Amino acid sequence: MIARRDFLQAALAATALTGGGLTRLAAAQGLTEAGLVDMAPLGNVTLIHVTDIHAQLVPVWFREPSINLGVGAAAGKPPHVTGAEFLELYGIAPGSPEAHALTSEGFAALAREYGRMGGLDRVATVISRIRAERPEAILLDGGDTWQGSLTALRTGGQDMVDAMNLLAPEAMTSHWEFTLGIDRVTEIVDDLPFPFLGANIYDAEWDEPAYEPYTMLERGGAKIAVIGQAFPYLPIANPRWMFPGLSFGVREERIAELVAEVRDEGAQAVVLLSHNGFDVDRKLASRVEGIDVILTGHTHDALPAPVMVGRTALIASGSHGKFVSRVDLDVDASGVKGIAHRLIPVFSDVIAPDPEMAALIGMVRAPHADELAEVLGSTESTLYRRGNFNGTWDDLICNALIEQRDAEIALSPGFRWGASLIPGADITREDVFNATAMSYPAAYRTEMTGEMLHTVLEDVADNLFNPDPYYQQGGDMVRVGGMGYRIDIAKPQGSRITGMTLLATGEAIDPARRYSVAGWASVNEDTEGPPIWEVVEAHVRARGTVRIEPNRSVQVAGGG
Amino acid sequence: MTMTRRDFTRLGLGAAAVAATGLGLAPRPAEAAGTVEEAIAAFTGGAETTEGGIDLGAPEIAENGNTVPIEVAAEGAAAIMLLASGNPSPGVATFRFGKLAAASAASTRIRLAQTQDIVAVAEMKDGSFRKVSRTVKVTIGGCGG
Repeated sequence: MIARRDFLQAALAATALTGGGLTRLAAAQGLTEAGLVDMAPLGNVTLIHVTDIHAQLVPVWFREPSINLGVGAAAGKPPHVTGAEFLELYGIAPGSPEAHALTSEGFAALAREYGRMGGLDRVATVISRIRAERPEAILLDGGDTWQGSLTALRTGGQDMVDAMNLLAPEAMTSHWEFTLGIDRVTEIVDDLPFPFLGANIYDAEWDEPAYEPYTMLERGGAKIAVIGQAFPYLPIANPRWMFPGLSFGVREERIAELVAEVRDEGAQAVVLLSHNGFDVDRKLASRVEGIDVILTGHTHDALPAPVMVGRTALIASGSHGKFVSRVDLDVDASGVKGIAHRLIPVFSDVIAPDPEMAALIGMVRAPHADELAEVLGSTESTLYRRGNFNGTWDDLICNALIEQRDAEIALSPGFRWGASLIPGADITREDVFNATAMSYPAAYRTEMTGEMLHTVLEDVADNLFNPDPYYQQGGDMVRVGGMGYRIDIAKPQGSRITGMTLLATGEAIDPARRYSVAGWASVNEDTEGPPIWEVVEAHVRARGTVRIEPNRSVQVAGGG
Repeated sequence: MTMTRRDFTRLGLGAAAVAATGLGLAPRPAEAAGTVEEAIAAFTGGAETTEGGIDLGAPEIAENGNTVPIEVAAEGAAAIMLLASGNPSPGVATFRFGKLAAASAASTRIRLAQTQDIVAVAEMKDGSFRKVSRTVKVTIGGCGG
């Protein structure tokens, strides 16, 4: 039923070509646009899903996590499977294009062979190719679209709004969009030619829905309802003062009511365009009847096959423009009869740029071209962000904070966005902004007691490892520089974090002592300090060439 | 399509009906007692409670611990007591529903000092008691996404 066969065929075909460590050119020649994009069609309705693009207009490297632990019912289940186990689970040959796209195995070497991924002009080509075959295909954007690059920051997201309008989605939902501030969001949404859906966004004072909850579409003779669900924990994970009148939350009962409502209105298929995060959606699907497809987002997972929860198919379409999901549905009066799916990896050397989108991207980047291209230094190490406990980009950021802000300990939030760099690459200003560009970047310096540091780590760990997904926020663990610790993810909040050690001296952290701490992205209003990209730039310039030593400061238990 | 305003108004009318009966105008503090167990015992008179049968609406994670929206409803309830088990003083309110109340439902906003279970106990018109609880997490925030 699932187009697993198609995926495997592509993987096998590619494997035959890449077994011998071929050059990048040969690897690319073995892949074709048709081979990457096309699939055996099914039924009368097609969904196209993109999500968490994080303002990446041009192709990037993006290393998937090597550590992505699940807890409770999600332990050991996709997306909490990584590396060789992931390849084994989905029958993907090591070294194949899919292996490179979907895992961190041999990342740097394969990145050289296969080149960068994504680019909205390539995404446009994929969408056009699907639409040529299925003219009524429904394009949906899962949000985290207007934030994550220098140009998005400088234009208040306008570059992405213009580019997405050219792609013409039927609807979107949101998360980081709101960090542009409510006035800017309202300004954009007022002119948006498609609905900005958020069934779970409420006016905080009146407890009334603040945005359209769903859109109803008629395609292929069928009525399709698309319900939008924004990130539930925006006022907690991001600065509430930037959108003070809004309340969010999972609001499971609300979704159940809306499913019933759209079914009453004649919907034969119900799609949830969600920014809940995968594990929250998995729980939601187990508790709310009548959703046929959940297009998941937020947690940046890329899965080559749907995860079925009862009769609900969960689709995970990755991030940063690296993938496009196509979901074909066979829908009749009695509902969804069949589903076929393909996770399309957007290899930028294989898929031709769409000329119109390429021109638009060139235009929006032109005013910033010199700033984007300026080389600040280079890296000997792969720089990446994803991973539950650390990533080399955040190691670099923490090193920069400790040195530039003269701190003993550094904290960098567990964001999941940010492109990667491979060894030998220049570090340009664009690269630094791809890992830091956001609207509350102040690099603060403060003092915290050892006890407070422990409380912070416990608090964030519970946002990641609470066994009930509805209590998770979907970020990774806060990254720590200058301090090591041990974490037992299976323990309850308050007893997960032990063995906190100041790395400079090897001494145990004293609960009563005050430590100088530097960090960034505080959710508190009026946080003071230079923007984090200036701190990182100064550090990279001072070093010239950056090298990140393996990070062994976090010891993990309870993960298996 | 957006029913919440009407629901809200209906709740308002329900409250007015409660007021009209003269049985309880404003929410009264839950039974003044030290612990959750003591408060429940005072409310039930020591009678057994069965789990479930009350809709207790609360956010999983509080957006602002200083004002957390809570809704309770139990069809056929004569009164519902609300407790915040982790607050220094757990008592929140006891809502009593008169004969003219359209629905045995109420909503309020409460302050939560820390992550804790919210407990609702309903006294049904037949004299039986029901109880549910729901965890509301109060978190420092940040670092998500």
